[in-house]
Amino acid sequence: MIKIKNITKKFGNFTAVDNISLNVEKGEIFAFLGPNGAGKTTTIKMLTTLLTPTDGEIFLNSHNVKENPHETRRSFGIVFQDPSLDNELTAYENMQFHAILYGLSKEIYQKRIIDLLKLVELWERKDSFVKTFSGGMKRRLEIARGLLHHPKVLFLDEPTIGLDPHTRNHIWTYINNLNKEENVTIFFTTHHMEEVERIAKRVAIIDHGKILITGTIAEIIKKAGVGRLEDAFIKLTGENIRHEEGNVGLNQMRVNQRLMR
Amino acid sequence: MTAIYILWLRQLKRFIRKKASIVGALGQPIIFLLAIGFGLSPVFAKAGGGDYIQFLAPGIIVMTVLFTSVFTGLEIIWDKQFGFLKETFVAPIPRYQILLGKTLGGATVAMIQGFLVFLITLIAGFRPANLASLPLAFLFLFLVAVLASAMGAAISARLDDMQGFPLIFNFVVQPLFFLSGAIFPLKDLPAVLNFITKINPFSYAVDGLRYAFSGANVFNPLLSIAILIGAFLVILSIGIYQFSKVQL
Repeated sequence: MIKIKNITKKFGNFTAVDNISLNVEKGEIFAFLGPNGAGKTTTIKMLTTLLTPTDGEIFLNSHNVKENPHETRRSFGIVFQDPSLDNELTAYENMQFHAILYGLSKEIYQKRIIDLLKLVELWERKDSFVKTFSGGMKRRLEIARGLLHHPKVLFLDEPTIGLDPHTRNHIWTYINNLNKEENVTIFFTTHHMEEVERIAKRVAIIDHGKILITGTIAEIIKKAGVGRLEDAFIKLTGENIRHEEGNVGLNQMRVNQRLMR
Repeated sequence: MTAIYILWLRQLKRFIRKKASIVGALGQPIIFLLAIGFGLSPVFAKAGGGDYIQFLAPGIIVMTVLFTSVFTGLEIIWDKQFGFLKETFVAPIPRYQILLGKTLGGATVAMIQGFLVFLITLIAGFRPANLASLPLAFLFLFLVAVLASAMGAAISARLDDMQGFPLIFNFVVQPLFFLSGAIFPLKDLPAVLNFITKINPFSYAVDGLRYAFSGANVFNPLLSIAILIGAFLVILSIGIYQFSKVQL
């Protein structure tokens, strides 16, 4: 379903993603892990046509992402790391906007919006402005919106960031069901290892733009020679705290991005 | 085409919901009418220019449409910062349609704002000689609106944060207005000023609007229309190119 062949992304002389390759099969739940600033979001942006790779090729649902961006875009749904809703529109209007952008007919989208908003328990609030929603409600709405055009692949970039355990549980149960019932391929990133253990079939760990390891959770734990996925993650990516370093990298990226223009 | 429609509709909805900013945007034209209009009116009359309000009103209307339209660019930067632009960029629609939707949305909003200011100028004493030429006036305003919206959009493609926008506004947009013949007649000007006003497309818009309202003109109205359409197509092409380069 997703084939990444040797992609690299450079911002000026900073290499955010360094020659990575990955395969994700249809119907798989794939976790893409890494410390802050490791290159996860940059990779997802390349997969979703927002960034063009400096080098390498990506195939998504058998479409070449670079040469055929439109067919690619029809094939995936995405929940971004940062919110991407229009706060000045209502929940329903945000959904409707998305449906029309994706060229769905009125009969189809009206029914789907009802179903999806009920599913994420926002139907009662459909006419409320998004600016009045809590973080969890916005997240749920974004997930509903990402599914509106029936994507074959759903990208989730830290979908549960800043959410309470109840909402997180709710969202993962829903995503799991979606994968089981509709066979939607799930590609997600997170910092919560228990979420990975609960739902993911295969995992890749990326650091400094390079993939350190790919495999099932059991394989990774075995290779790292530790007891839990969290320990394996820490062992593989080194013990130092990456927060600052990550931010430096991120800022560097942004500075370079600006310099390049 | 439905993508352009929904982008247009979104802009309109956002505009109508922000009642305070609709009223707020009327402040500047009212001050211009009062301070410059009535303030300079005796001087203008003594210099043999006639009734200054009749002269100034079309300029003020163009100003409103120009400024409101350019702010389309600010909305796009806003969408960039608040992530909404990503939602439109991952949708299966060509970038040029996103730009067109934004441009038409911004232009429509600016036309509404311009119409409100037109009503205010009527209250202030502006009297169009010929109401039959109102459609022509609206054509000129529409051309100003789409040209300025496309300009705002093209600029926004290059800017990542709000700070850059005032710079553009003060050094590009304001001069375009002040050097368009909106507040002074385009005759007997110093050579440099004469040259600048001649290459400023908005001079042709102000002149065209004045022609539509009162029949007086410096440039041939057909030439003015042609120049505005030409300028719009050039800026739109630049905008489309810039938009195709945006990486989020």
